[in-house]
Amino acid sequence: MSLKSLLEAEKSVITAEVGPLKGTDINEIGEVAELLLGRVTAANVTDQQSSVMRLGSLATCHLLKDKGLEPVFQMTCRDRNRLALQSDLLSAHVLGIENVLSLTGDLPSLGDHPQAKPVYDLDSVQLLWVIKRLNEGYDMVGNELQGKTNFFPGAVVNPGADSGAAFELQLIKMEKKIAVGARFFQTQAVFDPDAFAKFMKRVEGFGVPILAGVIPLKSVGMARFMNKNVSGVFVPEELIDKMAKAEDKAATGMDIAANLVKELKDICQGVHLMAIGWEKRVPAILDAAGL
Amino acid sequence: MITITRQKPLEEVVHSLNRCNKVYLIGCGTCATMLHTGGKSEVLAMKDKLEADGKKVTGWMVIPTACDELTREALAENAKDVEEADCILVMSCAYGVQTVGLYSDKPVFPALDTLFIGKEEKPGHFAEICMQCGECLLGQFAGICPMTQCAKGLLNGPCGGSKDGKCEQDPEHDCAWILIYERLKRLGKLDEIKEFVPPKDYSKMDRPRQIEVTPL
Repeated sequence: MSLKSLLEAEKSVITAEVGPLKGTDINEIGEVAELLLGRVTAANVTDQQSSVMRLGSLATCHLLKDKGLEPVFQMTCRDRNRLALQSDLLSAHVLGIENVLSLTGDLPSLGDHPQAKPVYDLDSVQLLWVIKRLNEGYDMVGNELQGKTNFFPGAVVNPGADSGAAFELQLIKMEKKIAVGARFFQTQAVFDPDAFAKFMKRVEGFGVPILAGVIPLKSVGMARFMNKNVSGVFVPEELIDKMAKAEDKAATGMDIAANLVKELKDICQGVHLMAIGWEKRVPAILDAAGL
Repeated sequence: MITITRQKPLEEVVHSLNRCNKVYLIGCGTCATMLHTGGKSEVLAMKDKLEADGKKVTGWMVIPTACDELTREALAENAKDVEEADCILVMSCAYGVQTVGLYSDKPVFPALDTLFIGKEEKPGHFAEICMQCGECLLGQFAGICPMTQCAKGLLNGPCGGSKDGKCEQDPEHDCAWILIYERLKRLGKLDEIKEFVPPKDYSKMDRPRQIEVTPL
């Protein structure tokens, strides 16, 4: 069953993130697709994640689809103006891609081409509105399309925003995204299920499926780096301690991720695994989580 | 509002003058003087540096406002020294450089980079407050401009990169959206932040921008 039909039927789903590499070697993508096939409902393909120039999301989504793995086309507003975004959406539709995840996109200044001109012609909320218009058969200025799209639009939310105002703004933006057509949400990485449960309580009435983000920890340094630098990510000391004491860091990191998957999938409608280079270990994490 | 400038690295200035042995120097008594980029002391310092590099400086002046029409007269008054030079190095904003270029037959070179139009928020601290988008939205955002203050110019709320109320691009810079939220809350207008803001009309910024008005 497709991501859309499972989420609409209120079934629990697992998605995973696939990051294209820099270059044209697609062997790795093929191997990852084969490993994920049958283990996850769909795989998100990142759009030049962290503003590092890589193989594109659209072409990679097409490759996954060829392998039989349902893709989620991640689309950021960083690199394309409204003409290019709409055109790529039409292209995605004719390639049979159904799921689109709308994101703002990291700043180019934080990536490997800091001299690049940032675009941000639209923001992630406006992009969702544009997807809705294309689904209705019109471009964003009201011209009729010869053949409309049929996307299942998704969006992201950061449930761990660090202050009262930042948290309220996340909820406000989430409601705006729903109002203009977001049908499912994937979240920033969650490490504290109790805090996440409180977030879920707040958004209970929103009526959209939410998949909790899980990132497997690879090291103590990674956990501390995320706590210091990544907005909304908070790895509790207890988990950092566990990693510090572990002899086999990789096994412990995967074990922590498996436990998070187990706990989080019962709090919301599923889990989104962002393995960041550990894509091939996703099946083992799911095994350990009993999925 | 004033035009904020920064001096180009000396190597870049010297490189741009590689075909000129004799240089005339022009500074500006307004913005560039306030910014210490093209006032009298900076012009004299540049003179010393160019001379140390083997150039001949045929003369110099600091025009009260280099972008003004009086620049034509200032050039005429100093015609002899200007004439002797192979080129003019202008230590003002780009507007001053263009004005000098308009009224002189000599090649002009900029010694400064023009950064933005801004204001002095506290002594010595200059910040951009308006990027002249041609479609002012300040009324919707409690007088804080997300086009200028948000690194991504987002109109429907913050991105995921806001941390501790600061921007991901520059941890010294407040997240515009936290400021907008706090001020709308104080004004009792928080509902307004929930409204969908449609895509902006960037055709209002089509270049070059010009306008006709009836002279006073």
